Amino acid sequence: MNDAGLWSIFINASLVNNFVLAYFLGICPFLGVSAKLSTATRMGGAVTFVMLVASLSAFGVNLLLEWAGVPYLRLISYIVIIASTVQFVEMFVKKMSPALFRALGIFLPLITTNCAILGVALFQTNRGYDLLQCSVFALGAGAGFTLALVLMAGIREKLELASLSDVVQGAAITLMVAGILSLTFMGFAGLGAA
Amino acid sequence: MNAEQGNTPTADDFLKGLWRENPVFVYLLGMCPVLAVTNSAINGLSMGLATLFVLTLSNTLVSVLRNIIPREVRIATFILIIATFVTVVDYLIQAISLELHKSLGAFISLIVVNCLILGRAEAFASRNGPARALLDGLGMGLGFTLALLCMGGVRELLGNGSLFGVAVLPAQFQPWIVMILPGGGFFTLGVLLLLINAAKARRQARAQTLEGAS
Repeated sequence: MNDAGLWSIFINASLVNNFVLAYFLGICPFLGVSAKLSTATRMGGAVTFVMLVASLSAFGVNLLLEWAGVPYLRLISYIVIIASTVQFVEMFVKKMSPALFRALGIFLPLITTNCAILGVALFQTNRGYDLLQCSVFALGAGAGFTLALVLMAGIREKLELASLSDVVQGAAITLMVAGILSLTFMGFAGLGAA
Repeated sequence: MNAEQGNTPTADDFLKGLWRENPVFVYLLGMCPVLAVTNSAINGLSMGLATLFVLTLSNTLVSVLRNIIPREVRIATFILIIATFVTVVDYLIQAISLELHKSLGAFISLIVVNCLILGRAEAFASRNGPARALLDGLGMGLGFTLALLCMGGVRELLGNGSLFGVAVLPAQFQPWIVMILPGGGFFTLGVLLLLINAAKARRQARAQTLEGAS
């Protein structure tokens, strides 16, 4: 059992150990979808939502697996849960709000292969969080992911206007900017450690 | 269907993954483990080998089953196959070295969502015979391992002054701690990509001047 306070879990997941910049989870969408500020915000929202739902379902399934005594099925079950959660969210959003569905577009199915989601499910199991801690952890991770994505998109929109040599264009400069961002986030170390 | 074009395995199936279509440096696939576990050469190497193992086996199995798997559920089936092999690797590493398992942590389980493996299953294994898929898996896996080893080597050398845990640089060398921290991972990959881009641009420029001269 883990008795870390809720606030410290949130700060830890969103800032100190930011999923993207410290754990390197969800790098693919971080590099792929961070070219424009508006899409980055939407992607962040969608990921946070799926994280929360997947984290809660993973908590339930983990209890079930422990009860049945088959912990080695954990990974397979988690990935199935995430895939079906994404599918479910997609159908739900399509039914409830077609406008939002169009706005999210291709991003929803892509979330299935976002390692940050599976990361949340695995970390919460390893650390033995209870239900409330799980949901706060998922929210924190989602907020951290969104923050990193939005910061990156903002910087990349400015980069468009900068004059850069051809060789650093594209992935190379993006990664270096990400490195600097990551260093900045190290400044949060020690925050909320109590 | 463009399936089954030329089913004889060729050396190129294996070789293309090493450099020309290197999954990390050319396609930028599977970035999470590339950045996360390469703070030392040994971590990078073992992560690469684990991925190589999963990639080769899943590629082969997907290819064997490619005519049975219904098209509509193929992605879900691929993921299940991959997840099975990853579970195998997870327990295997735990049995071989508990210490290594601890230092790689959740990233072994996260091989499941490595887009490289799913990408090869979808783009190559589901369209070609088992022998070619096996070679493709080996080549791509080896290319991935090389990239990880390269990253891990550079970061450990500069960040710790050692290679595979053996001190290489003289004691006067002040380690660049930043290299083994998360930020260093981004920097190293960024610089490597920059060098590769520069080399490519240079080769292209030279080819053009040669053409112009002749």
